[in-house]
Amino acid sequence: MAKKMHDTPMLDQLESGPWPSFVTGLKRMAKNNDMAVDLLGQLEASYRDLKGYWKGGTVGVFGYGGGVIPRFTELKKDDKPVFPDAAEFHTLRIQPPPGMHYSSKLLRDMSTLWEKHGSGLIAFHGQSGDIMFQGCTTANVQPAFDELNEMGFDMGGAGPALRTSMSCVGAARCEMSCFDEARALRTVINNNLDDMHRPALPYKFKFKFSGCPNDCVNSIQRSDMATIGTWRDNIQVNEKLAKEYFATHGMDKLMTDVVGLCPTKALSVKKISEASKAEGISSVAVNDTHALQIENHNCVRCMHCLNVMPGALLPGKDRGVSILIGGKSVLKIGATMGTMVIPFMKLESDEDYEKLNELARNVIDFFAENALEHERTGEMIDRIGLVNFLDGVGIEVDPNMILEPRSNPYARMDGWDEEVEKWNERQAG
Amino acid sequence: MAEMRQPIECGVPDAKPYMHPTMLKNYGKWVYHSHPKPGVLYHRAESGDEIWTVKAGTQRQMDGYTIRKLADIADQYAEGFVRFTTRSNIEYMVTDEKKVEPLIKALFDSGFPVGGTANSVSMISHTQGFLHCDIPGTDASGVVKALMDDLYEEFIKCEMPNRVKLSTSCCEINCGGQADIAIIMQHTKPPKINHDLVANVCERPTVVARCPVAAIRPALVNGKPSLEVDEKKCICCGACYPPCPPMQINDPEHSKIAIWVGGKNSNARSRPTFHKLVASGLPNNAPRWPEVGEVVKKILNVYKADARPWERMTDWIERIGWPRFFEKTGLPFTKYHIDDWKGHRRTLNASAHIRF
Ligand code: HEM
Ligand code: HEM
Ligand code: SF4
Ligand code: SF4
Ligand code: SF4
Ligand code: SF4
Repeated sequence: MAKKMHDTPMLDQLESGPWPSFVTGLKRMAKNNDMAVDLLGQLEASYRDLKGYWKGGTVGVFGYGGGVIPRFTELKKDDKPVFPDAAEFHTLRIQPPPGMHYSSKLLRDMSTLWEKHGSGLIAFHGQSGDIMFQGCTTANVQPAFDELNEMGFDMGGAGPALRTSMSCVGAARCEMSCFDEARALRTVINNNLDDMHRPALPYKFKFKFSGCPNDCVNSIQRSDMATIGTWRDNIQVNEKLAKEYFATHGMDKLMTDVVGLCPTKALSVKKISEASKAEGISSVAVNDTHALQIENHNCVRCMHCLNVMPGALLPGKDRGVSILIGGKSVLKIGATMGTMVIPFMKLESDEDYEKLNELARNVIDFFAENALEHERTGEMIDRIGLVNFLDGVGIEVDPNMILEPRSNPYARMDGWDEEVEKWNERQAG
Repeated sequence: MAEMRQPIECGVPDAKPYMHPTMLKNYGKWVYHSHPKPGVLYHRAESGDEIWTVKAGTQRQMDGYTIRKLADIADQYAEGFVRFTTRSNIEYMVTDEKKVEPLIKALFDSGFPVGGTANSVSMISHTQGFLHCDIPGTDASGVVKALMDDLYEEFIKCEMPNRVKLSTSCCEINCGGQADIAIIMQHTKPPKINHDLVANVCERPTVVARCPVAAIRPALVNGKPSLEVDEKKCICCGACYPPCPPMQINDPEHSKIAIWVGGKNSNARSRPTFHKLVASGLPNNAPRWPEVGEVVKKILNVYKADARPWERMTDWIERIGWPRFFEKTGLPFTKYHIDDWKGHRRTLNASAHIRF
């Protein structure tokens, strides 16, 4: 039995209603857990005063400089915590298996471990992708981490460091997947752990990996380097499934939901007898008379038609990834999205993965050397211009990097002839 | 002192030991999926292997009882393996269609709503809030609980034109991220500086550098080094508060809640978009924030009635235009909707295109 519960009239109102209630969960914990009793007390005070009552500090584990989010209560009376059993309530950020797969045993083991060393409260998962083991005293941080570490789990990132990464479910269960997302994630992160565990970068750096341009892990907007699956050849077609789609949806739906929403007008419906056999055209019969035709050279791999006709249309066979750099949230220049810097690279062989790893390392190094303190990669590019970034990491310019060329003349162009020469050489080579 | 244990720097673990065997066997070899009913996905691999996924909502912050309950359901009704989505939904995989209905029942009976697939309103991605952040203006899990109670039917049914992703953030840093509808704290008054604290706590150059509009200056106050804020310049973003706790930005009355719409992460149809401001000034009304729920439901209802199949929030607004969005939702349009940040003229109508 734990100590007596505090009155929580406001939190109690979050116990009704059909959605699972975290308050009910906390109360269940509080039956034999003093930390949960006092956590509820402090949370109620926050609800009442509309004020957060945590402050940071410095707590860590031996050998690492980050990964623990320290929380000390600020709610004090005569210098004593009002809720002493939750006066220290730190979080351990732990990296999950990529794709967030768990066996029931792993869930139970984690829960048991955290009930022993911490509050028992676990968030699956934080927005950056960590398992957040919430609620630990300073004294218990080390033993909790040691046990998790012995189970094969490692600390995630916090502070000015490489952060925990995320990949979509991808190859494990999605036909849109264009590369092995988990392998790419583990290659890049596990080769750069020093920058995660011993924070010394100008600011945070995030990698994210999405198997296709549906970008289910939000890599363009939320990561400094986004790796997104794509393909170079024609969309693959499956006539049986295309006919099934047509049989249930009909011509109207095919025209409005599929053809009509293609952003680049790459789709059309043709009489089978008139369907093109040219290179770069895929076409699939949807009934005995008509075929859906895709002009692959003008398809921007937006995924829409593949989403609407699953299985009937699939990514091509010559798969790889696109890479975008510089996505971030609001601070300080406003949110920015990543910019396309590598339109296509293969990601199949060991050497391909090694190349991705080298590129990642180059980008981190350039960031480490050139960003100002507390500046994200996107902000740095805003300041120095994309071309200086490309020069720095050794990437050649490509018209896929822009939406349109410059519309102002404010540039010194005395190197024009040399640049033309370079372009011609690249085109020839 | 006892010798400290060196960490084993093992990094990201291999997912294979924790992955459903059918997913492992057909890794990278899936060829088809369908959506048999809300909350259920069907996938087929090249080999002919089939798998059904049942998705359910959770509260994200889970106590031991909840975690063990979810694990027990995995063992009794599924095949011992689960995965989580980025929005804290749990997914159970089964290879026998007959297991689907009992699994759905077990989840509903234990209080985990089944849904969140395809064109539903999925679980709201949320942040830390009062429970664990050191700078929050409001709570996160509570806001989400209150809203998901309101949107429960939209989670368990799939009746929207396309998927709807929501996020909440308890400060303008927006950890919750871009979304079709994002609910974000919006401060309206400059920080009140607690000068007594500044001299002790604050790294003054860091704070000065953090301000996006250079509104903070070092100053001497009562003979002690402190800071001052040019209140005319200050845009109340709160960026100075994390590095400098004496910069009290949170205010029970003047910290309001704003609603943003039309964020999209995917590249489907249009390029990804950021969400845009549509409403602000809503009260931070714990524990259930009813005013926020009203506006969110109003927007969702208009979107549901007016958008065409496959149009995300942003695609729909792009088609009907912003004037009609404000007209249809009945939300007031104010001078604050007109951007004045760097590059803002790109957001102005530089054409004679008008809808009547
Ligand atoms: C000082 C207070 C801060 C605290 C306590 C805090 C806490 C957190 C936590 C716990 C998460 C989720 C982490 C995870 O999933 O593992 C998070 C995510 C995030 N934070 Fe913060 N944060 C703080 C400051 C900031 C600042 C200053 C920024 C931006 C400049 C920021 C931007 C973000 C973003 C964008 C995410 C989402 C990340 C993603 O999904 O990529 N946070 N924050
Ligand atoms: C089975 C494989 C999956 C398929 C076929 C799939 C399909 C899609 C499609 C079609 C879209 C874009 C919709 C549109 O804008 O038209 C999308 C978006 C999204 N998916 Fe998935 N998805 C899958 C798995 C997942 C998983 C496992 C997650 C989360 C862990 C996820 C999270 C998201 C999110 C957050 C978005 C929204 C991005 C945005 O805001 O635009 N998806 N998905
Ligand atoms: S990003 Fe693409 S490959 Fe990955 S889960 Fe989403 S739809 Fe599938
Ligand atoms: S994937 Fe290509 S063809 Fe299909 S809708 Fe998008 S741009 Fe058009
Ligand atoms: S949105 Fe702001 S207040 Fe909320 S968790 Fe993130 S940093 Fe903290
Ligand atoms: S709230 Fe924002 S704008 Fe105002 S002083 Fe602080 S950092 Fe500057």
